[in-house]
Amino acid sequence: MKSAVLVFPGINRERDLARAFEVVSGVKSHMVWHTETELPDVDVVAIPGGFSYGDYLRCGAIAARSPIIDAVRRHAERGGWVLGICNGFQIVTEIGLLPGALMRNASLKFMCKEVNLRVDNATTAFTSAYAPGQVIRCPVAHGEGNYFADPETLARLEGEGRVVFRYCDEKGELTEAANVNGSINAIAGIVNERGNVLGMMPHPENLIEALQGGIDGRGLFESLAKVA
Amino acid sequence: MLRNDIAITPELVAEHGLKPDEYQRILDLIGREPTLTELGIFSAMWNEHCSYKSSKKWLRKLPTKGERVLIGPGENAGVVDIGDGQAVVFKMESHNHPSYIEPYQGATTGVGGILRDVFTMGARPIAAMNALRFGEPTHPKTHHIVSGVVAGVGGYGNSFGVPTVGGEVNFHPRYNGNCLVNAFAAGLLDADKIFLSEAKGVGMPVVYLGSKTGRDGIHGASMASAEFDDNSAEKRPTVQVGDPFAEKLLLEASLELMASGAVIAIQDMGAAGLTCSAVEMGAKGNLGLELNLDAVPTREPGMTAYEMMLSESQERMLMVLHPHLEEQAEAIFRKWGLDFAIVGRTTDTLRFVVKHHGDVMADLPIKDLGDQAPEYDRPWVEPKKLSILDPATTRAPEDYSKALLDLLGSPNLSSRRWVWEQYDHLIQGNTVQRPGGDAAVVRVERPNGGKAKGLGFTCDVTPRYVEADPFEGGKQAIAESWRNLCAVGALPIAVTDNLNFGNPERPEIMGQFVKALEGLGEACRALDMPIVSGNVSLYNETNGVAILPTPAIGAVGLMDDVTKTVGIGFAAEEDVIVLVGDTAGWMGQSSYLYELFGLEEGAPPPVDLSVEKRNGDFVREAVVAGRVTAAHDLSDGGLLVALAEMAMAGGKGARILLPDLDVPLHAFLFGEDQARYVVTASPAEASKLIVDAAMAGVPATAIGAVGGDALVIAPHLTVSVDDLRHRHESWFPSYMSGV
Repeated sequence: MKSAVLVFPGINRERDLARAFEVVSGVKSHMVWHTETELPDVDVVAIPGGFSYGDYLRCGAIAARSPIIDAVRRHAERGGWVLGICNGFQIVTEIGLLPGALMRNASLKFMCKEVNLRVDNATTAFTSAYAPGQVIRCPVAHGEGNYFADPETLARLEGEGRVVFRYCDEKGELTEAANVNGSINAIAGIVNERGNVLGMMPHPENLIEALQGGIDGRGLFESLAKVA
Repeated sequence: MLRNDIAITPELVAEHGLKPDEYQRILDLIGREPTLTELGIFSAMWNEHCSYKSSKKWLRKLPTKGERVLIGPGENAGVVDIGDGQAVVFKMESHNHPSYIEPYQGATTGVGGILRDVFTMGARPIAAMNALRFGEPTHPKTHHIVSGVVAGVGGYGNSFGVPTVGGEVNFHPRYNGNCLVNAFAAGLLDADKIFLSEAKGVGMPVVYLGSKTGRDGIHGASMASAEFDDNSAEKRPTVQVGDPFAEKLLLEASLELMASGAVIAIQDMGAAGLTCSAVEMGAKGNLGLELNLDAVPTREPGMTAYEMMLSESQERMLMVLHPHLEEQAEAIFRKWGLDFAIVGRTTDTLRFVVKHHGDVMADLPIKDLGDQAPEYDRPWVEPKKLSILDPATTRAPEDYSKALLDLLGSPNLSSRRWVWEQYDHLIQGNTVQRPGGDAAVVRVERPNGGKAKGLGFTCDVTPRYVEADPFEGGKQAIAESWRNLCAVGALPIAVTDNLNFGNPERPEIMGQFVKALEGLGEACRALDMPIVSGNVSLYNETNGVAILPTPAIGAVGLMDDVTKTVGIGFAAEEDVIVLVGDTAGWMGQSSYLYELFGLEEGAPPPVDLSVEKRNGDFVREAVVAGRVTAAHDLSDGGLLVALAEMAMAGGKGARILLPDLDVPLHAFLFGEDQARYVVTASPAEASKLIVDAAMAGVPATAIGAVGGDALVIAPHLTVSVDDLRHRHESWFPSYMSGV
């Protein structure tokens, strides 16, 4: 699996993400600086978590206008895989590769904790290593992960099975307490129509090795390795 | 020509925090009246915060050397060898006064300052902690300060990208008018690539990097060197504003620049900004330095030399670069979008010369600015000893279950989850022991592969103990950090200290300082934990009320194999619970008395350092050998609180079988005798462990077994783990949501 990890000046989980790719696939990621205009020849473009340009304005708003973004768009149009995690999810919604937006957490506070996610679509290229309905542990670390979409968009996302991950309790139930950031329909991750772009707030890349407290995050990278 | 438009009056001198005899010292040194810029420079260099004039005499007595110590106090941070050509760089620093005045920005800039200290030495930050102390929860300002400080610590660290893995939060009325925000940071570097502030070579370019200079924070260090009164809020303009994005850029650009070989010397601009950093670089290198302020990037036009020299704008660095690599260096900084300006040259004159608009605004002997700073041997009085409290005279609880729940739900012992969940403690993917245990553990990869090492981090001090007996309290702070590291399987290797005290001009405060440092020093020597860096924060008083003496300790431990660690949670049904250490039922200054009855009575528990060493070595070796399934040090709240914490962390109950007691039951359960741990092991292993302990002279007794869903001490106490958790987790969120 050949992957590129985009590096914006204020991104800060790029090493975590690159490590996850390497641990799972054995191949080092290309680190691509935000001022580049071309991507290397890769299967997966990953946009990591962080604060791309400080994010003092709307998260990801400036990153969406950076030089590398056109290349990301072309990669997605060609059917290449795009993985946006956390700030990366915010950025791909800003670009318009995915619908909806990420608002301030309902608690109005930054939140770093391990949560449970229910895999609601295990047929995507990003989730095929998981069982349908499987409950996985996954850390979150964000202040603006409260997913929102208008009713029409939401109906489409739900109708087309494009909600991939939802915040849930240990048993897979969707409870108010389990919905860490107040996302509509407890949405933690979605794919585009074509299924080649995934955006998610939680950080599977931080739960790859046993000493990190678990390996539930591996499935996502293993799924990609099967197709890429 | 030296330019001086303003007459230096006694009032002006006083406004700069300089005493008349200190001003006379300046006149004697330079043989003339200083210019206003020079007066500002002197006030910046000679205030308590920068000069350590009241504390130096006593700091010199601390143990700072050791086999592993590569760099001790005096640089931006201490550096300790951890083998494989790697070293850990760390320091703790206070941002108390700014945080009280403007909690969010005070805390952010505190975190920013300490991170800069670490990466200025060439290290990439890998862990942060913070020790926070607030007034009583009911005080009208406390809620606001907690909320702002926690958000500020998180806001900066989360964006910068360092995991905040541990810390402390305490409440006490003596912090009502003066909170404490002590930020710790640690970084990792190759031991042969340490960068220092000492300038080398004459005629070398002095380069300014990072954010622009503004009018913020002028006289910040002077503010931090004075007491507060009712008008302190008026000092708000002296607080700086943090920009973690700029800091992240500065980190990456600095590390890239260092790797390029262009850097001769580097110093971050912290307290007293350009003045302190420039003087330090020149003085350390036995060189003069000439600054041209016309080249300094400024945020607004019309800034005077005085303002530029005293600005404490954040996220700035000063470097001396190899002249032939200037262009390459500038390209790196442009890539990261940061300002880069050559603002001066090193000289062979040993003068610190500041030029602005063609005028010489200052021309001072560079070495004297630091070396000739006043140093005081302040009068001090021996603190009064409190009598030892007989446990039999202390009140037993009517209901042990209720007493335990009340303790777990008290402001000081309740869960800090509300705090640390606002800190990204998982970024970088190396956090092996997360917040909520005894010490955090962070993975460190070896340069050439192989099994990963680990570093343990903890913050400790019990200010109530230090107040009651500064010497024993000082020892206890070190001993507790030792225990917390041993409990996770880390060998304690060094500490940093953040010494927060009141007004040193009061002999009783100075007495606390002197005795607490004696205690710290004795414990550091006995436990082989040299102090490699630190910070002194004095004048923590408001309207004459001093804080509790708070020598906060940040300690670092080393693990050869990061997987050889255990948490505090009960791990398996039927595991035997073993109490390690002697219990005499020490009730003086206990959390039991303070939290349940509001009493701060008696002498605090004494610390026997040889026992600490023996018990700690035994527990650590048991952890590393994989013989125990959980380990927890006993501290606030004693044995019963520790057992409850282990039950909550593991989600399992326990049945405790009391041994024959020669102390009152409540003193056995709540006493805070030192050098104690609870460990758990399989029944077979536990029997062997107890025998081995006896051989090693370590008291160890089986006191029960893990199992069920309640903590049970028949017939005295039965509380379900759910109830424990509910009370333990409720206080902080309820308090912060105002319920």
